[in-house]
Amino acid sequence: MEAVLDNLDFYASGVLSTVTLTVASWAGAFVLGVVVAAFRVGPVGPLRAAAATYVELVRNCPLAVLFVLFFFGLPDAGLTLPTYTTAVVVLSLYTGTYVAETVRSGINAVAAGQAEAARSLGLSFTQVLAGVVLPQALRTVVAPLGSLFIALIRNSSIAFTIGVVELTGTTSQIGNRTADYTAAFLAATTAYLLLTLPSGIAVDALERRVAVKR
Amino acid sequence: MAVASAAAAVALAAVVGLALRSLAAAGQLDAELWSPLTDPRVLRFFVGGARNTVVAAGAGMVGAVTLGLVLAVGRLSRTAALRGLAGAWVQFFRAFPLLLLLLFLAFGLPAYGIDLALLWTVVAALSLYNSAVLGEIFRAGILSLDRGQAEAAYAVGLGYWSTLRLVVVPQALRRMVPAIVSQLVTLLKDTSLGYFVLYEELLRRGVLAGQDFGNTLQSLLMVAAMYVAMNLVLSRVARRLEVRQRRRYRAGGIDVTGGPEDLVAVEPQPASTSGT
Repeated sequence: MEAVLDNLDFYASGVLSTVTLTVASWAGAFVLGVVVAAFRVGPVGPLRAAAATYVELVRNCPLAVLFVLFFFGLPDAGLTLPTYTTAVVVLSLYTGTYVAETVRSGINAVAAGQAEAARSLGLSFTQVLAGVVLPQALRTVVAPLGSLFIALIRNSSIAFTIGVVELTGTTSQIGNRTADYTAAFLAATTAYLLLTLPSGIAVDALERRVAVKR
Repeated sequence: MAVASAAAAVALAAVVGLALRSLAAAGQLDAELWSPLTDPRVLRFFVGGARNTVVAAGAGMVGAVTLGLVLAVGRLSRTAALRGLAGAWVQFFRAFPLLLLLLFLAFGLPAYGIDLALLWTVVAALSLYNSAVLGEIFRAGILSLDRGQAEAAYAVGLGYWSTLRLVVVPQALRRMVPAIVSQLVTLLKDTSLGYFVLYEELLRRGVLAGQDFGNTLQSLLMVAAMYVAMNLVLSRVARRLEVRQRRRYRAGGIDVTGGPEDLVAVEPQPASTSGT
């Protein structure tokens, strides 16, 4: 227990690091995912193909492989990024594929008449998508996007393996230093619960708030 | 749209071209970095890693399916304590990262005198973690069965356990096959975390080969390509199973809704509807 109590501030910095990593990566993943989903439903052939290729390749590649590839492989190719940036880029790229597929399913769930009506009013594809289809699509996928966010909190732990000291990294270091792995682990589990449970509640509240009333 | 397509094609080609040029400038396209990957011995080394990955994922799946079944039955149990226990288990193992669990099993358990072999550390972590996911999938599967199935079983005199074992679980399991296969994709990907506790799966072998030949980027791209290939095949299988299943239920299988079709529903399924 002392292993945890003596290191509470260290844990706090770990939690903070996990939070900032998650939020930064989510911002990247969300923007990327929406753009890629728009490409996939769009009329431009090469963009459709490029978006589909990106989703299929990155989604089927383990996150750990992406981390190792970007951390050890990219410097060989002459591109060296700071560790933290690498972590945000990898997490955004990986989560972005899931966001893209989720948003695409939301777009497909919007009645075709909505887009047809907007088109017949003379709106362009981009106007139809941004002004009519996406606002409705995003509302329907709040819950699955929330699950992705919570999965991202957990996935961000892999950043520890390239040297970002977030919650899992903190736990590992305290475990090694105090040899009390059980206490360190239980504290980390509690901390993760404190992050994921409120996130779940917030997602539920958001879902109720933006739901389309029919 | 033709203009937009052409512009997009040019832009994409430019991005690919720039990437290739910077790779070439860094000497990463040199033949001697890629040629080890065509050596049969090196290929065998990679395939051996892939085998270790598949073994760990497969064993983890068996463990997770077993635990998941127990959890699903527990969550639907008539005993409140069992329901609570199974529910707490599911919540607990869904709350934190798999990596944390893996590290605990690898470094924390030896303090209790439990020193698992590397393979079993990975398998145990995968089983525990995915048991929660599969437990929920099975529960949905059992709940999706018509209540009449269990009621009919009780009516012909089967007890609680016989009803579960002979009537409910076999049907739920069969319905869940597509979900299990697609969960296998997740398991296969998660096995790569074994790299961080030194289990010699595909990723670790890729890193080792990269160190040996000084071609980390190329070896890791090979690892990524092998993973993508395996997972694409699995996803395709899952999708096919799902389509087949949907066709089967439309053809009048398990779903008992009332009316004259009821007589058909209790007959064994004709072989022709199981697809090809």
